[in-house]
Amino acid sequence: MGHKRRRVLPGFGISLGYALTYLGLIVLLPLAALVWKASALDFSGWLQLLSAPRTLAALKLSFGGALIAALFNAVAGLLVTWVLVRYRFPGRRLFDALVDLPFALPTAVAGIALTAIYAPNGWLGQYLLPLGIKIAYAPAGVLVAMIFVGFPYVVRTLQPVLETLDRDVEEAAESLGATRLQTFVRVIVPALLPTLLTGFALALARAVGEYGSVIFIAGNIPLRSEIAPLLIVQKLEQFDYAGAAALGTVMLGFSLVLLVAIALLQRWSGRWAERAA
Amino acid sequence: MSGLHATRPLSWRHRLLRGTLIALVMVFMAVLVLLPLAAVFIEALSKGVAAFMDVLAQPETVSSIKLTLLVAVLAVPLNLVFGVAAAWAMTRFEFRGKALLGAFIDLPFSVSPVVAGLVYVLLFGAQGWFGPWLSDHGVTIIFAVPGLVLATVFITLPFVARELISLMQAQGSEEEEAARTLGASGWQMFFRVTLPNIRWALLYGVLLCNARAMGEFGAVSVVSGHIRGLTTTMPLEVEMRYNEYDYMGAFAVASLLGLLALLTLVVKALLEWRYGDELAARATRGH
Repeated sequence: MGHKRRRVLPGFGISLGYALTYLGLIVLLPLAALVWKASALDFSGWLQLLSAPRTLAALKLSFGGALIAALFNAVAGLLVTWVLVRYRFPGRRLFDALVDLPFALPTAVAGIALTAIYAPNGWLGQYLLPLGIKIAYAPAGVLVAMIFVGFPYVVRTLQPVLETLDRDVEEAAESLGATRLQTFVRVIVPALLPTLLTGFALALARAVGEYGSVIFIAGNIPLRSEIAPLLIVQKLEQFDYAGAAALGTVMLGFSLVLLVAIALLQRWSGRWAERAA
Repeated sequence: MSGLHATRPLSWRHRLLRGTLIALVMVFMAVLVLLPLAAVFIEALSKGVAAFMDVLAQPETVSSIKLTLLVAVLAVPLNLVFGVAAAWAMTRFEFRGKALLGAFIDLPFSVSPVVAGLVYVLLFGAQGWFGPWLSDHGVTIIFAVPGLVLATVFITLPFVARELISLMQAQGSEEEEAARTLGASGWQMFFRVTLPNIRWALLYGVLLCNARAMGEFGAVSVVSGHIRGLTTTMPLEVEMRYNEYDYMGAFAVASLLGLLALLTLVVKALLEWRYGDELAARATRGH
């Protein structure tokens, strides 16, 4: 089959050659420059960079915050997907379309809008402040921005799977006397788990590297609400190219690990779908 | 749904649970998504329509709009051609390392925008690999339009390719093989069979690619240098006005980008509604 196809259809060499050249020039060569520049830093340089309190605090906030935001999005996304797929109510299509808004709205726009809402004198911020809740210009603001940008990933990953999930299994469980909660926990959640994890990983990857929506609402207080990408920008502005490249390499390494994890998760959920079919 | 209801009529507890969940989701999405969108337009018009129009007519705003359009007009077609070539190679032929190629195409989705900008500074900046050679030859990439285009191309690279790969994988190659067997040349086959089959998916990918290209902030911010009137795209103009405490002006420019986002969502929904069968499966929609 493969041999026949190769003979009949033209353009293999030119399309693959073009794609590889383009990808090499746009993505791989620049990333190689990043790693090369980072390797200019010797061991003590790395140690100094990675043990600096400001670096540690920023990495902790970017990774820790992204983890919390992605966990929140996994739970909220499951709930939203469930309601959008299983229930019919007025405005459902509108809410379904709105899920994509964080994808479509430029991050800088989202950033200043979220700040206008959660700043101490903002739309909601003014009511939260007397309750002792400070969101903008604090780590909580970073979380809000990360939740905003990561939200669509979980819903859009789960939605097609939940739509095709066979109802017969649920009905069988219920006819065997399972309560709705038991059915949900024992039947639905396990079937959705690989997909839910994929959505979680996508939201995590997005939130870790997020910059535009975060920097406005974060207040960027050193050691407290400063994210790792901002530290890279600051190092660049101080002409500390090796330091910027080293931090960039750390973030790139994490992206690659997540990319592999997502590929494995997708293969796993693909197998799930095959077994179910 | 009907099956479930037939076996078990809705109890009042079930109805209560259902109503509560729907209300919860509506409130959650209103606060998370609708409120920021409303804030953009209300803050933009907070000093009246005249002040809003005044901001839009200012030369800084006009030049940022022109630059944003220029960057998108250059970046989107580059990724369009790449997307078609990559999808053709990946879905019509078997070769070693295909999965790896797919992973590399996805890579820009998970790389931080700041890192995307940084890599070009390290390559073409004054201290970069090609920096000295470029400055000897009078070519400026960083802090100039070529840098903005490169960073945007990097960030938006996967959009068209992803959409086309999923669709062309699902469509298979029977029609193209038939056209070849009947004597069509390679280009005849491409323009009369392949292109008509993928046109809506192509438009869909271009739509998403364009939205991101016009709205990209982090990557272009790193390579821009923020030179007013020369290297500030609309998102950067928003940032500069905001940092200069011109909040209303920032939101006025931001509202144009907000309108672009809404327009993108409307066209996207129309495409999904009208040509859903000719788009990739919903599984890939989220990207």
